[in-house]
Amino acid sequence: MTTKFSIGFLPLVDAALPILAHVHGFAADEGLHLELVKDVSWATVLDRLLYGHTDAAHMVAPLAIATTLGRGRPAQPLSAPFVLGLNGNAITLKSDLAQRVAPEGALGDPVEVGAALREIAMECKAAGHPLCFGVVHRYSSHNYMLRYWLAGCGIRPDEDVEITTVPPPFCADALEAGDVDGICVGEPWNSVAVERGAGTIVLATAQVWRRGVEKVLAMRESVMESRREEVEALIRALHRAARQFVDPEALLTNAAILARPEYLNADVNLILRALGDRLLLHKGGELIHFPDFMFQYREAANFPWVSQAQWLYSQMLRWDRTPYDPGDEAKVARVFRPDVYRSALTGTDAPLPGASSKVEGSLHQPMVVGTQQGLITLEKNAFFDGRIFDPHDLAGYLAQDSYAK
Amino acid sequence: MRIAIIDESAVRASVMQEGLAQLGDCEIFVITERRGLVRRISEIDADIVLMDLGNPSRDVLEEYFAVSRVLARPIAMFVDDSDEESIGASIDAGVSAYVVDGFAPHRIRSILDLAIRRFHAFSRLQTELSVAQSKLAERESVDKAKRILMQTRGLGEPEAYAELRKTAMNQGKRIAEIADAVVTAHNLIGGAA
Repeated sequence: MTTKFSIGFLPLVDAALPILAHVHGFAADEGLHLELVKDVSWATVLDRLLYGHTDAAHMVAPLAIATTLGRGRPAQPLSAPFVLGLNGNAITLKSDLAQRVAPEGALGDPVEVGAALREIAMECKAAGHPLCFGVVHRYSSHNYMLRYWLAGCGIRPDEDVEITTVPPPFCADALEAGDVDGICVGEPWNSVAVERGAGTIVLATAQVWRRGVEKVLAMRESVMESRREEVEALIRALHRAARQFVDPEALLTNAAILARPEYLNADVNLILRALGDRLLLHKGGELIHFPDFMFQYREAANFPWVSQAQWLYSQMLRWDRTPYDPGDEAKVARVFRPDVYRSALTGTDAPLPGASSKVEGSLHQPMVVGTQQGLITLEKNAFFDGRIFDPHDLAGYLAQDSYAK
Repeated sequence: MRIAIIDESAVRASVMQEGLAQLGDCEIFVITERRGLVRRISEIDADIVLMDLGNPSRDVLEEYFAVSRVLARPIAMFVDDSDEESIGASIDAGVSAYVVDGFAPHRIRSILDLAIRRFHAFSRLQTELSVAQSKLAERESVDKAKRILMQTRGLGEPEAYAELRKTAMNQGKRIAEIADAVVTAHNLIGGAA
């Protein structure tokens, strides 16, 4: 007896897990028939989710939080019991600009690239043509990663440059047409821009935050409660898909699946690069290897740490210029659901961290954490500027923001 | 009242425009170009913005609404919070609406209903068109296959057709499928279709 479960997604490489769970039959093994609903804007993915067209969605994590808090529309509590991936985005600049701020043929140091960019940004601002960056959504990790990096390099995102929304499929066009000077987007869209000669990749977002939370599996809280068993079955299927995702033997097969017209409808070679942590920074260059460009499966990468949601909330307050509200923080903390993740994967070999929150950005060296099955080692998880986010002191973290300077 | 229709399908946009024109006292603006969308929308200063759900620029527009003060307080999708049915219907139809908050709810409702009907009408039209097109293509392929059989086996037209029909029945396939196979095979062995 299989139950239908529909999942909305945008054609991006990090929609991989629901797609692979479906195609490889992991969902079917759990008694679920996944119906994948492709859209082209987050607004539509969200509409379908809120009005019951879909049961769950591949979603930029901050949007799940913003929806729960009622930013931009009436509040609807969403739940995220599974993280669909960490990082996997990059910053691509127009090639002439990239040449002035980044080393050729390699990803630069974020501090040095930022310092060089700052000089140009200030020149452009003084000349009355501030640099303009495209991000995929106002409530996206891309927006917050870009802003975190810019602000950390002394470039005020709202005063010194402009940041605008550009849908992923139009990023290369926007760079080419000169509508924007840079974009922060997921794969394969950076590589599409590179292939078209429209830009040069200068940073991976993993260089801004080594283990930055990206997409989540989001659903209405009421759906999660009323269909709890199916949701847990889905989590197990997604977890198996994540294991498959990191299996080098499966790389080609997975890339070919994702490339299909009904999924990403994209060049299989570009997808293969993203899955294999390879990047072509500029047209005609050499592929470079950037380990953990998109992070999956290992180190309990799909575990929804509440502290990740809280960090995103801190950035939402910072850039929406809204005051800290303990009530809101409690709502935010309830969006990420490590309890559901644990409950779903109990009895499997998946490591289940005992804690639900961790200090983010503190791991300059590997750190050992306790799980129900024993210890696992978490590798370096630093922010590029060395700042540390302690979820127990969100207000204190906000107070030390250098932004206002 | 000012209504903006954003749709990259110019045909559907005109189907919508035509429908809304019945309402009277409405000024209707159609935007089919992706570039300069935000600028156009701010110039139009619409009370209602209708946009197809399949338009990737929805996120751009929502961002603009969130930060601009041009539309007093535009809201995504809903007539009012209680009107889930209407919203569900519009998502089914594939249309999204942005409305200035506080704008006469009954009027919005009638506009949205009309937009939904026009969207449905358009997709029916599309389906009918594609059915007609595939029927036409099938007929062409059957004609080609008949000609091939007539030339290569010296059959008359009724016999050639009977041959196709018999093979289709024996194999449990449609005549068009058999005709496609004949044409493909003929092309493969170098005959001119």
